[in-house]
This record gives sequence, C-alpha cells and structure tokens, in this order.
Amino acid sequence: MSTEVKLRKYHGHVWDEPLIDELSTPGHRGLLPPEAEPEIKDAVGSAEAILPKEIVRKTPADLPEISQPQVVRHFTRLSQMTLGCDVANDLGSGTCTMKHNPKIHERLCGLPQMADVHPWQDESTLQGTLEMVYGCRDYIKEISGMDEVSFHPCSGGQAVFAAACLMRAYHEANGTGHKDQVITTIFSHPVDAACPATVGYEVITIMPGKDGYPDFEAFEAALSDRTAGIFMTNPEDIGLYNPKIKEIVDLTHSKGGICFTDQANANGILGIARAGDAGFDMCHFNLHKTFSSPHGCVGPGCGALAVKEHLARFLPTPVVTYDGKAYHLDYDRPDSLGVIRDFYGNLPVVLRAYAWIRTLGPDGLKAVAETSVLNYNYLEKLLMEIPGVSISYGLGKLGEGRIRLDQARFSWEKMKEETGIPTEAVAMRMTDFGLVNYWESHHPHVIPDPFTPEPAETYSKEDCEYFAAVMRQIATEAYETPEIFENAPYSGSVPQVDLSPLEEYEKTILSCKEYRRRKKK
Amino acid sequence: MSRKETIVYPYIPNSAPDVKKEMMAAVGIQEIDELYIDIPENLRYRKRLNVPEPLLSEYDLEAHVEEMLGKNKTCKEFLNFLGAGSYQHHVPAVCDTIIGRGEFLTAYAGGPHEDLGKGQVIFEYQSLITQLVGMANTGFPVYDAAQSGSTSIRMAARITGRSEILVPASISPRQLGHMKNYCRHSEVKKIDRVRYDPATGLMDLDDLKAKLSEETAAVFIENPSYLGVIESQAGEIGDLAHAKGAFLIASVNAISLGILQSPGDYGADIACGNTQPLGVHMSAGGGATGFVAVGENTDHVNELPGMLVTICDLAGEEEGFGFHHFALPERLSYMAREHAREYTGTNTALFGIANTVYLALMGPRGMRDIGETILQKAHYAKKVLSEIPGVKVLFAAPHFNEFVLNFDDTGKTVADINKALLDRKIFGGKDLTRDFPELGRSALYCVTEIHRKKDMDRLASALKEVIA
Repeated sequence: MSTEVKLRKYHGHVWDEPLIDELSTPGHRGLLPPEAEPEIKDAVGSAEAILPKEIVRKTPADLPEISQPQVVRHFTRLSQMTLGCDVANDLGSGTCTMKHNPKIHERLCGLPQMADVHPWQDESTLQGTLEMVYGCRDYIKEISGMDEVSFHPCSGGQAVFAAACLMRAYHEANGTGHKDQVITTIFSHPVDAACPATVGYEVITIMPGKDGYPDFEAFEAALSDRTAGIFMTNPEDIGLYNPKIKEIVDLTHSKGGICFTDQANANGILGIARAGDAGFDMCHFNLHKTFSSPHGCVGPGCGALAVKEHLARFLPTPVVTYDGKAYHLDYDRPDSLGVIRDFYGNLPVVLRAYAWIRTLGPDGLKAVAETSVLNYNYLEKLLMEIPGVSISYGLGKLGEGRIRLDQARFSWEKMKEETGIPTEAVAMRMTDFGLVNYWESHHPHVIPDPFTPEPAETYSKEDCEYFAAVMRQIATEAYETPEIFENAPYSGSVPQVDLSPLEEYEKTILSCKEYRRRKKK
Repeated sequence: MSRKETIVYPYIPNSAPDVKKEMMAAVGIQEIDELYIDIPENLRYRKRLNVPEPLLSEYDLEAHVEEMLGKNKTCKEFLNFLGAGSYQHHVPAVCDTIIGRGEFLTAYAGGPHEDLGKGQVIFEYQSLITQLVGMANTGFPVYDAAQSGSTSIRMAARITGRSEILVPASISPRQLGHMKNYCRHSEVKKIDRVRYDPATGLMDLDDLKAKLSEETAAVFIENPSYLGVIESQAGEIGDLAHAKGAFLIASVNAISLGILQSPGDYGADIACGNTQPLGVHMSAGGGATGFVAVGENTDHVNELPGMLVTICDLAGEEEGFGFHHFALPERLSYMAREHAREYTGTNTALFGIANTVYLALMGPRGMRDIGETILQKAHYAKKVLSEIPGVKVLFAAPHFNEFVLNFDDTGKTVADINKALLDRKIFGGKDLTRDFPELGRSALYCVTEIHRKKDMDRLASALKEVIA
C-alpha cells in the first residue's frame, strides 16, 4: 500500500518579533478606560483624597506603553508563529485528541447570553444556561452509562482530582476511611497517579506484561483491604482496550474499592462501549478533547465527571436540578465534598460539547468513534511499512485480537540503533514539513524512542497519508543523510532552540526583566 | 431514519461512503466491528445512544442554541451590581480578537519551533503579571482564584515545613471551601480563622498575634477582602508573620493594582488571585482564571506546581531567542507522577493571553486610570446609597470596587429586596445573609468602570422605592 504524496515546502512565519518590553514608547496608550463623570469626581475627589496615602501604589507597574495598532500587530504576529489545528495537521499529538473545533461554537460562546452573564445572577435569569448544562448532563450520562454528572472540574486533571476526593468522601462516609492505597497503571495518564497522591493516598503503579496490558498477576497481588480504589485509563495510551477490564473492576469491588476510569482516550468508543456498563463507579471525559472544545494553548478545558448513584451525593456544589418547570442551582447538599472550582464550571466549554453532541446525534457520535478507529488502523498500515518503525507490544491480527483503537504507541528503537537518530530529532524535523511535532509519550518512556499518533475522526485520509509520508521521508533521511538532523528544523518560526535550560536550572529565566538583567551581566 | 446511511458529516471527512470503503479495503475489513474485537461482547453497547436526533445543518443548531440561551437575562440588558469573585468589566475588543485567532484558540502541545508564538505570549504573560503584582516569578495561569489560594497555602507549608494556616474570618466562602477540600490529608493540617474588626472590616491584629505560632506556615489575606475592604495593615500583618518565621500570602484582584499597593510592595512571600477582570468575559463564572507568583528564591519557584515558560538561547552561534514551556520539569506530575508537588493538567492559558493583551493595551497609565475610576465610582455609589433611609454601609475602612450594605433597618430581607430590584431589571448585590449571619441582612455590592452615574442613581431610586 504505497501512496504518492507530495511533501509540502512549508515555511513558518518568521517575524523576528521583539519581546514586548522592547515595544514600549513612553506616552503611548493602547486603550482609554472610561472616566468618572465630573459630578462623581466633585462628590468623592481623586484617589488620593479617597485613600490613605500609604495604600496607594507609589511606583506605577513597569508595564510597556504601546499604542493599539502595535499591540494588535505584535500579538497577531505571535499567533501566526503558532500552529493550532486550524492551520496545521497535528494528528501526531496522541492522547491529546486534537480535532476540528467547529467555528459555529465560537459564535455561540460569544453571544451576550453566554459571555455576559454573572454566576450569582438569580437562577430565574439563567434558565437558558442551566437548561444547556442539564441537557449536556443527560447526554454525558447516556454516553458513559453513569447516573450523575458534574461539569465543575475545568480540566481532565481536575476531574481526576475531584474523583479522588469523591472516593475519599465515600470511604469516610462508609467506615472504610482506613483504606490508603490506590492502584494505577503506567500507561494511564500521570494525573491518575498524581491526583490520588495529592489527596493523600499511597499510589501503586502496575507495569505492563508482555502483551502490553497491565500485568494481571501484579494487579491481583497489589489488591488488598488497603485498596481504596483503582484509577486507570481504558483504552490505555497504547491504544488497547483491556479485555479483562470487567474482571479488574469486579475484583476491586470485592475488596471494597472504588473504580475510576480516565476516559482521556474515549474517542474510539463513543456509543461502542460504556464505562458504566463495565462496572466503573466513576469516569471523566475531557470536553476540550473528545467533545470538540478547542485546546486554547493549554486551556481552558472541562473534565466532565460522571458517577454512579452511590457517589452522587458527594459531588461538588452547586448541582443543577430540574423540577419539571424550572432549573435550579442546588447548594443544599450536606454530604458534598464542597468546592472544586470557583462558581460552577467552564460553561463555554460545556456549551461547545452540548452543541457538538446536538450536531452529531446518536449515529454521528458512533461515526466519530468508528471513523477514528478506522483512521488509526489505516495509518497503522502506512506506518508499519516504514523502515525503522515498530509498534509497541507487536501488531494485532484481524479476527484474533489486540487491535488498536484510536491511537497507539510506536517506536523508533530500531532506527535509533541503526542510525543514532532518536525520536526527539524526528519530532524536531517534522516542523520542516508543516506538521505539529508529535507527542512522544508520557513519562517514563517505557517504550524506547516512542511516538503516539492519534488521527481523530476529523482528519482526512489524505491527512493520514501525509503524516505517514513525512515519517517515511524522515526515516529515509536518518538512514541516508543523518547530518540533516544536526541543525533541524530549518523552516520553523525559529532556528534550533538550545533546550539546555530544561536540564540546567540556573539557566531558567521566566520574565523579560530577568532576561535583561542576565544579558547585561 | 432513512437518511442514516447517506449522512456525510461535515466534521468527519472519511464518513464519505466511497472514501470509507476504500480505507476499509486497505485495512482488510468488511465491517468496522472487526476492529472492536477486543471489547468483550457483554461490554459492547448494542443500542442506539439515547441522545437527541442530530441538528445536521449549522443553521438549525444556531437557531436552537440561540432560542435556549435566549431564556437568560444578561448583564447587558440588566443593570448588574454583583461581584463576589466574578467581575463585570469592559472587555477590550482587541482581547477578544486576539484570543479568537484560530492559531491561539486551537493550539496545544506543539514544540518550541512551530509554536514560538505560544511560548512567547505565555512568557510575556509571566513578565507582565509579575510586574503588576510586584513579584519576580510566575508561570502559566491557574484555574481560578480559589485554586491559586489553595495552592499557595500548600506551597507555604511545603517550604516552611509547617502545617497551620491563618486566614481572615472575612474570607470568601468559596475560597475557604476550596482550601478545606484541597488541603485535607496534605501538608496543611489546620486552617484557622482570624477575627475581623466589626467596625472596620480589617483583620483584628490582636487576634492574629494570639494565633500566630511556630506552627504557622502562612497568614493568608485577601486584598481587597471578600467583604470589599482594603487590608491597609498588610505590611504589618507581613511583619508579624515574618517575625514568627511564617509567610504572608496575598490574594488580590489584579485590576486593583494600578492604584493599590502591590503584594510585592508590602512584602508578600506569595501573591495569588483573580485575573478574570483583565480582559476576560464572565461567562457565568466560566471566565475565572488566576495566578500564583513568588519572589526570586529558586526554592520557592521550585514549589510552583504548574508549567513554566523559560526563554532559551538559540543553538550554536545564532542570535535570538526561543522558548520552552516545560522548565524545571521534575516538579510536574507529567514527569514525577505521584511524587509531584501537586497535580498538573490543562489550565487557562487562553485567558492568560487575554490578560497579557489587556495589560499591554492599558500600560501603567491605563491601569492607574481604571483603578481610580473604579474607586471613584464605587465611592460615589456608596455615598448615594448610604443616604437612603434604612440603608447602612458596614465597615469604615477604605474599599475598592465592593462594599457591604446592610438592610436591617428596612425590615426587608435581602432576598425580597433583590427580587424587587430584579423586577426593575437590576441585579442587586450578593446576598451575604447565609454566609455571614453576623452581618444581619447584608449584601455585597460591586461597582466598576462600566457603571455610569445615571446607573447608580437608577439603583438608588429603585432601592428607595423597594424599601419604602
């Protein structure tokens, strides 16, 4: 299966844009805020007349003074030197579920009925928002097979954190507060380890067996009366749906543990399999990944946390309820764990998910899953033909099993052995072909020289072919002209960056001011 | 549905039947189900999801959502005096334009060479926020003010090796609730409340002195306080804390810092707080975003739990600079998993970009001017409202944008008053009756630069009618 693909001669925008402090011209203004009317000034006087002088700021903040056109140009140029998925193919960013972010959603989020409402308004004036939240809750309940949903968490990490708090609240309420261990797996997202630890649990991490699935015997051995619960991703980052998942859940329940599954990788199973049906007590979806809300240069997001009935009373307040006539914000929930988030969630992100589900309907959601799995398996065929590429834990076989769903972890181990070119160098070189560099792997790198593509449903067949063609080209270069990697990339927005500050802490510089100070020395 | 087999979804290119067929043939399957072989049959969901039938045309979707959201009343139609953590300010058009750009809106995990702009804009966020708050270092934005406060007290406990935190009794109930949940089973073992002076609203320093001990990791203040008062004793509180080896943490409203002293000015060890007022829409609280900043001490920087953007030189002899968003990676759960400081995930970077644009537009003069305008308008409102018979202003200390009105002498509840105001298209102040019973029938009113004299006069005459 070889496809002729013309590689792009990409060149990133290079504006050579100065740091913002260099754009300052004394006396320039970018915006004039409203002034108090003369009658008000007459009535109350100046700031100095109102405030005791010791609390008035003496030295103005050292902010740049820039006129509006210069501000607009500066930030527009910075945006041009950024490759969002509106402009570039980023199917290499596996586990991130990059996908098209429908533009109509932005128009809806900008409506004054969404953007210009206050969270403490009387609930009678928020009926549209609450109807939207309640509706989206119903859809997520159905998609997850759970009984109640909270949209308070504003990232996947915060949803996992909230799940850990809920588990703790559940055990404390049920006389099993002594349970102090949580089991996770190495191919679950790092927050599945970090969040239970943040709320005080000891974390046990199960490593994969030979087949890539979490070592079942190690899991059984780790399980005990001390097990408060399991926090695991399924399908895991290597793309395999764990066929023993129900056994794992049942065993955990038999020890009185709570089962949470991180659905960061749910894109391939919407309408195909539900966490609730596998017996999980809780799960979460990243609305900014699977449900189409844009990633915004790392947020804002929303982690929709779905739970079974026995955990619902612990959810953060307020909870949106409906009495058949009107929607309400219920703060009066004595068992609630309390506050996870100021107010009640990133509602524009929830609105985008709502709109996306309404656009697709039941068959469209299933088409999302099926297409993302088809896309991945098509891409797998193309990648496996490239010299130096292997797939972690071996290929599956049609009719037999171990078929990856929406993504998988590949390795350049062989190519690195034969050419010395590591995965990091491949990632850097990708820029020259107009691709966003791929996601290698979460840490630790259990798979040597990894990369993890995830061609979600919004990528075309040609997008998949282009990604594979670039991988093939880069592999060819590794074998034939490895010197090309020395100074790559050549056509990004900046020449090769010296990344030693990441290793040498004394080189870390976090502000313009500190940068100037060091340059002077 | 008869169209089912023929729907080509605009967001799903490979739903076109011929393309799909071609790809399936290449993969070697007759049915997509062959790819789901690993999911045991008893876990397969074989029904059709019970979600509404699709609104396939973009127009139908838009009409549906507009109709639904049309049931809301907005702060554009109604006159709004609510604050209490979410603030109605003018959002400059430039902020919306820049964060609406698809490149920023849809970027995520790109690296330093293709996402130079993302690195630079967050580096500039770090630069401008630290200038505004008078601290040396900050990182990516954090979720909201509540998270920023909770993370700050845990940082203080880790750095000092102590376990008790003192907070003002006037603390925001949501902030305290967040802290209690976030810190259970953590380095922070006790959160104790320091009384406030009922006459001024300021922290009671005698009570603070009595409660400060060798176990105190930090004194946390909100400035302005949740009840609106500017904590003019911040420097003194810091001195008292430092004398005991404890930190001063100040949680601030960022828009106040053009006119009010910054946490750096009064010696805070950690500054945190709310930056939603800097160019982000309220969106029913969905616009919430915050920051945590520290001084120069690298041990303190090392305790920040979020991503940090460092500026980098270029490789070889090249002149110039680049950026990387993963400085000091060993702190982060991405690297350290359960051994990380706290957990790290997606945050509110896009709102941080809006904050950066806002500060760049405003500059030092703009920040001072808007601070003064808010101060003048809020004091004017307080003046005209306090002249209404039966309405009292609580707390004598200076305030910024918010102040507490008490209605005990009117014989009416805040709920009754707010309902009557609502009938007059006014959102009255946040009802404090439940959270602060000691204040009687009181409400927290917020005034910003968007309120005109006629708006405040309208509120005053409506209140007169309502309580008459």
